[in-house]
Amino acid sequence: MGQSILTDIKNAAKKSLKARHNELADTHRQMDILNGGLFANGELPYFKDKIAQTGQFPLKPKKLEILQINVGYMCNQVCEHCHVDAGPDRKEIMTRDTMELCLEVIRNTGAHTLDLTGGAPEMNPDFRWFVEEASKAGIQDFIVRSNLTIILANKKYHDLPEFFKKHNVHVVSSMPHYTKGKTDKQRGDGVFDKSIQALQKLNEVGYGMPNSDLRLDLVYNPSGAFLPSDQSAMERDFKKALKADFGIEFHNLFAITNLPISRFLDYLIASDNYEDYMYALVEAYNPAAVENVMCTNTISVSWDGWLYDCDFNQMLDLKVASKVKHIKEYNEDVLNDRSIVISQHCYGCTAGAGSSCQGTVA
Amino acid sequence: MADSYYDPADLRKFGNITEWSEELGTKFFDYYGKVFEEGALSAREKSLIALAVAHVVKCPYCIDAYTKDGLQRGITKEEMMEAVHAGAAIESGATLVHGVMMMNKYNKLSM
Repeated sequence: MGQSILTDIKNAAKKSLKARHNELADTHRQMDILNGGLFANGELPYFKDKIAQTGQFPLKPKKLEILQINVGYMCNQVCEHCHVDAGPDRKEIMTRDTMELCLEVIRNTGAHTLDLTGGAPEMNPDFRWFVEEASKAGIQDFIVRSNLTIILANKKYHDLPEFFKKHNVHVVSSMPHYTKGKTDKQRGDGVFDKSIQALQKLNEVGYGMPNSDLRLDLVYNPSGAFLPSDQSAMERDFKKALKADFGIEFHNLFAITNLPISRFLDYLIASDNYEDYMYALVEAYNPAAVENVMCTNTISVSWDGWLYDCDFNQMLDLKVASKVKHIKEYNEDVLNDRSIVISQHCYGCTAGAGSSCQGTVA
Repeated sequence: MADSYYDPADLRKFGNITEWSEELGTKFFDYYGKVFEEGALSAREKSLIALAVAHVVKCPYCIDAYTKDGLQRGITKEEMMEAVHAGAAIESGATLVHGVMMMNKYNKLSM
């Protein structure tokens, strides 16, 4: 693989696929790739056939535990692996009207976890109002997925650690590696130093400290065309290095597999790693991970109120297969009766120990 | 027969050796799997040893597999290269220490 190709990808990645009019910004094109090639010619089994072998098709939801709301695709970063294709040029932002509809659902849901994501959710102009209102609903675990650098991006975000603390928000942040080189390669130049500073600020107000109720977890995504390894061993290495080098404390590390969609799919194809990666995912298929895959206990809501089985299906525009498709007609009983929409990207959540927004599942 | 002796796609077929000798193949893979589990040495340390040995025995499949394994375990490129040097140093040292044999023989034969 030529280094120049990777340099081209890196330079181009300063904008979203959408802004670059890249063909992979079209979800139909992504689905054609995921359904074609190795799978169409029979080299690898379709996900549907694979789970049917163990009697797990159709995939059905269990009890709803997590309500994940994507408040917009705008982000201050343009990470190479981003499955959302987020960036400063994305203008899809949840309005206060849609947030009101979400709040109604949050007040009545049986889910114990509320999970706000983006883009950088903090960039939504109504983010703080939404967090204040949502925190009144008494949800057991209220997660905000923060990219860390946003805390330092502008003066108006500097007090976010105190704001999170005030509302007892559980902060989950991405950190691809405990070294600068690997982190900056995936997430952009300077991201590592800013992330370290942001983690130190979170530690200062009590986040991530041993025995602290202010939860701070990190998310590890591999920075390249390979799968994550054992989550507990990675956590041990991250804790040791971040403590020794920067005095940083955190609670848990979630290892998340990169799914072959959006910008990561673009990277896989451009670097000639797509076929090997799909082989690796299928070879690492684990039926036990299917049993607990996150779409069985999660509903994902998009910035414009549509409902999906997970954040990945949202990005592929695969809406829930239910009569209820939008937050304005939300009904948990009707939704729980659906079958989950699957395709070949789902192998990403069933490889090895499995992968979810909360880390491994098997 | 393929056009070259080594085909990257053959690495995926490694498990197939069991088809022609199930008992020995199964015993080998059980042993192999056990060796690389966490033990007195961490799986991470064993991955680096495997990478060093892969270079010494010059096995392209093993280099492919243990470079990827190292990346998966968060091992840095600096650590990987040091492991390769450790292997190379032992390999070159093993050659050079035979220089003593040469010196012994030279001295014995010389007046």
